[in-house]
Amino acid sequence: MRLVVVGNGMVGQRLIEALAARDTDGRWSVTVLAEEHRRAYDRVRLSAYFEGATAEDLTLAPAGVPSGTDIRLGEPVLAVDRAARVVRTAAGSYPYDALVLATGSFPFVPPAPGRDARGCFVYRTLDDLEALREYANGRSDGIVVGGGLLGLEAANALRLLGLRTSVVEFAPHLMPMQLDPAGGAMLRRRIEELDIAVHTGTGVTAIATDGDRLRVDTAGELALEADLVVFAAGVRPRDDLARTAGLAVAERGGILVDSSLRTNDPAVFAIGECAAVEGRCYGLVAPGYAMADVVVDRLLGGAAAFGGADTSTKLKLLGVDVASFGRTAGALDVVYADPANGLYAKLALTDDAGTLLGGILVGDATAYGALRAAVGGPVPGKLADFLSAGAPDVALPGHAQVCSCNNVTKDAVLAAIGDGCGDVPAVKACTRAGTTCGSCVPLLKSLLAEAGVAQSTALCEHFAYTRQELFDLVRVRGIRTFSALVAGYGTGRGCDICKPTVASILASLGNGHILDGEQAALQDTNDHFLANIQRDGTYSVVPRIPGGEITPERLIVIGEVARDFGLYTKITGGQRIDLLGARVEQLPDIWRRLVAAGFESGHAYGKALRTVKSCVGSTWCRYGVQDSVGLAVALELRYRGLRAPHKIKSAVSGCARECAEARSKDFGIIATEQGWNLYLGGNGGFRPRHADLFLSDVDTDTLVRTVDRFLMYYIRTADRLQRTAAWIEGLDGGLDHLRAVIVDDRLGLCADLDAAMARHVAAHTDEWRDVLEDPVKLRRFVSFVNAPSTPDPSISVGRERGQPVPLRLPAVRR
Amino acid sequence: MTVVWTPVCRFADLLAERGVAALIGDAQVAVFRLHDDRLRAIGNRDPVSGAHVLSRGVVGSRGDRAVVASPMHKQAYDLDTGECLDADARVPVFPIRVRGGVVEVGTA
Ligand code: SRM
Ligand SMILES: Cc1cc2nc3c(=O)[nH]c(=O)nc-3n(C[C@H](O)[C@H](O)[C@H](O)COP(=O)(O)OP(=O)(O)OC[C@H]3O[C@@H](n4cnc5c(N)ncnc54)[C@H](O)[C@@H]3O)c2cc1C
Ligand code: SF4
Ligand code: FES
Repeated sequence: MRLVVVGNGMVGQRLIEALAARDTDGRWSVTVLAEEHRRAYDRVRLSAYFEGATAEDLTLAPAGVPSGTDIRLGEPVLAVDRAARVVRTAAGSYPYDALVLATGSFPFVPPAPGRDARGCFVYRTLDDLEALREYANGRSDGIVVGGGLLGLEAANALRLLGLRTSVVEFAPHLMPMQLDPAGGAMLRRRIEELDIAVHTGTGVTAIATDGDRLRVDTAGELALEADLVVFAAGVRPRDDLARTAGLAVAERGGILVDSSLRTNDPAVFAIGECAAVEGRCYGLVAPGYAMADVVVDRLLGGAAAFGGADTSTKLKLLGVDVASFGRTAGALDVVYADPANGLYAKLALTDDAGTLLGGILVGDATAYGALRAAVGGPVPGKLADFLSAGAPDVALPGHAQVCSCNNVTKDAVLAAIGDGCGDVPAVKACTRAGTTCGSCVPLLKSLLAEAGVAQSTALCEHFAYTRQELFDLVRVRGIRTFSALVAGYGTGRGCDICKPTVASILASLGNGHILDGEQAALQDTNDHFLANIQRDGTYSVVPRIPGGEITPERLIVIGEVARDFGLYTKITGGQRIDLLGARVEQLPDIWRRLVAAGFESGHAYGKALRTVKSCVGSTWCRYGVQDSVGLAVALELRYRGLRAPHKIKSAVSGCARECAEARSKDFGIIATEQGWNLYLGGNGGFRPRHADLFLSDVDTDTLVRTVDRFLMYYIRTADRLQRTAAWIEGLDGGLDHLRAVIVDDRLGLCADLDAAMARHVAAHTDEWRDVLEDPVKLRRFVSFVNAPSTPDPSISVGRERGQPVPLRLPAVRR
Repeated sequence: MTVVWTPVCRFADLLAERGVAALIGDAQVAVFRLHDDRLRAIGNRDPVSGAHVLSRGVVGSRGDRAVVASPMHKQAYDLDTGECLDADARVPVFPIRVRGGVVEVGTA
């Protein structure tokens, strides 16, 4: 049988998809005739077009979906011949056994003279938005006619286009369809704070053209001038085709249908915004989707009926939460208003206050989900808690609608989770919840969490893996970029937790300079600028001084650099010298001087080897039994630049007196008459721990090989920000396990670990010098991209004990 | 109040998911290029620490929002609204566009 669908908007698309899914034996062959030149797109998110979303981003219908359907774009239906059961377009005729009209709405433009002038726009289709964007280019202000949902979206769009914006609303307050006067007033206050002028209680009477400008006259005194006008004053159902075909229409417009969505001709259905179900039109997508589902059921012989729809809405308009649900006025209204914080809430109750009928929330709509689900029953908790800001913790009942766009209940989401949907994308795919406006996505997340879907080991919201699992993924699959990893194994675009972690993993596995290509964007500010950020936004530079050993000449260079760049100077607890207060644009010049003197700038930041401290040892000390300085220098040079889950510190003492405090280090070495003792898992800092003795009296080669394996095994298996002390304590089997792996090679890993360390040592280059030699990277070291030689004027310096120090920054927190 | 567009750099100079700071009059603006080449501009001052450093934060997403994490103490800021998601704070948002390969920031 032949089905013809007129319109490929949101609801028409839903219809053909649902039919394709349910009509498994192919009873219907479907033809879609569409007026627009592109496939169905997400009109609800239309405004995202001004925030950078492309037409492809908004599409609801990737090419070929659903398959087997004949879709003719740019071919509007001109007439319906009901007697012959044929629709006609300019290109031809299409016979049908069933016809579905899904023609949507057209924008209402008040009948004011001049409304067709150049510079007047509507806000309904992607073409409308394209035209608007083009015209707005280079212009400075605009007027939106209409202060409802659509009008405020259009106002936001004009703002995003960089236009000064005013809104004119005919009703006495904003969003008259959803809000009461007090709620509307609160919204107005919040919107005026965004520099949008709001004029209510007045209609547009005429538009006059004055050169390139438009003058908008209103019923009152008010006359406004602007470069352009956007009409967003509501919509009217597109019922013209039905009218000329002699189908019944509702008194106030809309194709009249019964609860089976049939018109007075049983072969013709109408759905979506063009339909007046038992006389009532719905301007939201959710009721339209419900109608599409009913028609599909009927086409397949079912008896589904449309039982009305929830017109509750929750939106973020211009950054302000606005929600309304159920009836917005009852016998007893309880109101909470907090103008100082822009909050307004109202609950409509029966006169005994026993039953919740509906309500309005402005400024904070956290309680929306719980309240909407409670309509028709008692308020689920203490009234006062709902009315003041924030939502109390209330468990939603199972029948509560979680996603209103797609009419998905909590039970349905829980069932999907029970069937194995382990994250938001999976729940979206199974239930369609969250696929339209997206406002229920946070709720989906909390349902996943509530259902105990194991999320505790996830690195962050973007990766469901532990650091160790990610490390293995990257290593085993040979992944070389964050983008590839997040596309294959994660969601979203990452954060300050996973990006530096992945950067560190990529660096541990040897992927070139940490600022190469995409890796540059993963590093936190310290790694990005190869220096440690300070409280005023300046950086510190800590030249590497391996083992704490330094020649007088180099010591002098450090002094000169500090003096010439006006830096504060301090001896660190790690046997180095810290130069503090360098501005970004000074960093390369400082490094250049240091490199010329044979230094590399060191890691006082990166999750990497910091220092290997040493005592003077046998060279000078009368007690020393081995050359502790020599070993410390060798170890520091071997492991410098090695990226790890956390920082790594070490020290070498020349005898058991332990002047280098080696037992407080991640790996500490103490000289013996026969060789070296190796201690692992020490920590100073927040939770001090003495390192455990791991090897006694070994020669230098054995020592170094063991440390190599220890570090590589730690890098592969530790959690993010887990130092070796906590890692060893957490290892199943503790030190014995570690000995089995890195000494006895029970897992057969040692060759691999040795090779990984050999690669690290061979690949070492001076990260700072590399930047100096790369003009592209060097260009990033400026305070301002448009004023490369201007220092950040907010940085100001005072003096303390003869040295420069940052001044306290003004006005912290607001 | 008219919006004045100030060119700040070439689009090609920006790294995806990284920021730069621009000085427009007295205002410090943090300019970001997102992974899909959309641009965002917010105030460069981190209101919690008072330092002008937001352009140097890690760019990413929280839920469906594009955010930058302050490099100072990691609070996330919504790049569309300027809202701080981890503290009671907010930073200004500026219009931004590309004209002929040049990034322009709008100020009042
Ligand atoms: C500069 C220095 C203090 C000083 O003036 O002496 C210092 C300064 C900082 N320490 Fe430290 N620590 C310094 C030696 C130490 C020591 C002593 C040592 O290394 O012998 C310890 C205890 C030993 C240890 O780590 O086990 C130490 C334990 C910490 C901790 C706590 C670590 C822990 O496991 O609990 C942190 C916080 C962290 O890393 O998460 C920290 C973090 C920091 C940071 C990186 C915090 C930050 O991000 O701003 C500071 C960097 C300031 C800068 O830009 O220079 N610093 N810090 C020392 C630099 C040594 C060096 O040359 O590399
Ligand atoms: C800016 C904006 C924001 C919105 N925000 C929300 C929101 O937050 N929540 C919400 O629920 N709803 C929102 N809506 C409303 C929502 O988009 C509509 O309810 C939904 O698109 C209705 O779907 P539809 O298929 O009935 O109509 P449409 O999506 O308009 O599709 C109708 C299609 O039929 C075509 N057509 C018409 N006549 C013919 C013909 N003779 N021959 C062939 N084709 C024809 C039209 O060109 C159109 O493509 C918003 C709308 C806009 C414009
Ligand atoms: S640890 Fe021993 S060798 Fe080293 S300085 Fe102290 S006493 Fe001398
Ligand atoms: S409520 Fe809109 S997508 Fe779920």
